[in-house]
Amino acid sequence: MNNIIGYTFVVLGLMFDIIGCIGLIRLPDVYNRLQATTKCVTMGTCSILFGTLIIKGFTATGLKAFLCILFLLLTAPVAAHALSRGAHISGVKLWDKSVCDKYEEDK
Amino acid sequence: MISRLILFVIGFFIWTMLSWPPDLQHAIIGVIVAAFVAFITGDLFTSRPANFAHITRYLWFVYYVPVFLWECFKANIDVALRVLNPKMPIKPGIVKVKTSLKSDTALTFLANSITLTPGTFCVDISRKEGVLYIHWINVKSTDTEQATKLIVEKFERILKRIFE
Amino acid sequence: MLTSRNIISGLFILALLVALFVASASPITSLLDWQSPFLSRCFFILMVSFAMCLFRLMRGPTPADRAVAIDTMGILIVGFCAILSISTGRGWYLDIAIAWALQSFIGALALAKYLEGRGFDE
Repeated sequence: MNNIIGYTFVVLGLMFDIIGCIGLIRLPDVYNRLQATTKCVTMGTCSILFGTLIIKGFTATGLKAFLCILFLLLTAPVAAHALSRGAHISGVKLWDKSVCDKYEEDK
Repeated sequence: MISRLILFVIGFFIWTMLSWPPDLQHAIIGVIVAAFVAFITGDLFTSRPANFAHITRYLWFVYYVPVFLWECFKANIDVALRVLNPKMPIKPGIVKVKTSLKSDTALTFLANSITLTPGTFCVDISRKEGVLYIHWINVKSTDTEQATKLIVEKFERILKRIFE
Repeated sequence: MLTSRNIISGLFILALLVALFVASASPITSLLDWQSPFLSRCFFILMVSFAMCLFRLMRGPTPADRAVAIDTMGILIVGFCAILSISTGRGWYLDIAIAWALQSFIGALALAKYLEGRGFDE
């Protein structure tokens, strides 16, 4: 039973991973790509690790997977935030059909 | 000093989880390493250690985790539908929202929560004015007040009780 | 000029995918001791995501796009280690996963500093 639930989480995570990577190719500019990859790839990988935790139970492997989930949830958004700020400062423009850019106005 | 003790306890706890199952050898090394790390970087860890003694803050944190996970799940479904739709219904833009949070930890958690919730993504924080610049994949309103009501409020209410 | 570069990168990705199909049937992968064909399919799906990241790494019009692709690959490797640890039953793959998560975070911060055009000590 644990195996079935765990493998379900693994498959869900793989699905989100590949959707995030499709977003990395399809979406038009850096900020939209970061939206897709940060959300989908981070949560997909966390889901794979959660599946590992369920399959292995609270053993050494499972606790390491849990710690890895914590680190990813804390660090991935910060890295994405730093990358987007760097991209904006280095002068990457928003997509042509964007609605507004308050950050450019205030700078 | 109290800040160093808290960091020592947290460091030792993480070390024990990494070297599960616990035994004497790992415990001794863990005490040495955690004490060293706490001695060097302990005073950077927290500026108001008295906050760690309030039990209501932990209860609000326990309430915050399921809210956050549910928003995360919705965000994934939202982005997946936008990416897989052949017409790609996106209307991106960077909007400005206001926040009343002051402390560093609270602002970090607010930015992280905003980044992992549906359609929004934090680009920059200005701490002096209490302003966040947010990239929104589907802009519903460019007005600052309206955007604040839509994006920030539901997390700010909880985070104020945890970290302020 | 641009189209020729696109065609070359597309051919490279295609060759990579064909090589993956061949490799997933060859006896080399049986050295990894798969418990079930299901996990080798998972391995294959992650490899396809890697190929997409590589495509963005080659095509990316700005340096920021390449930095995003590298950051994404760093997170994907963590999931890769998790699947390896399920399939082989060895716990120390997750040690690699934790170390890689922290290292790719620091790498992303360094890339962001580089994009801002500042020194590393500011």
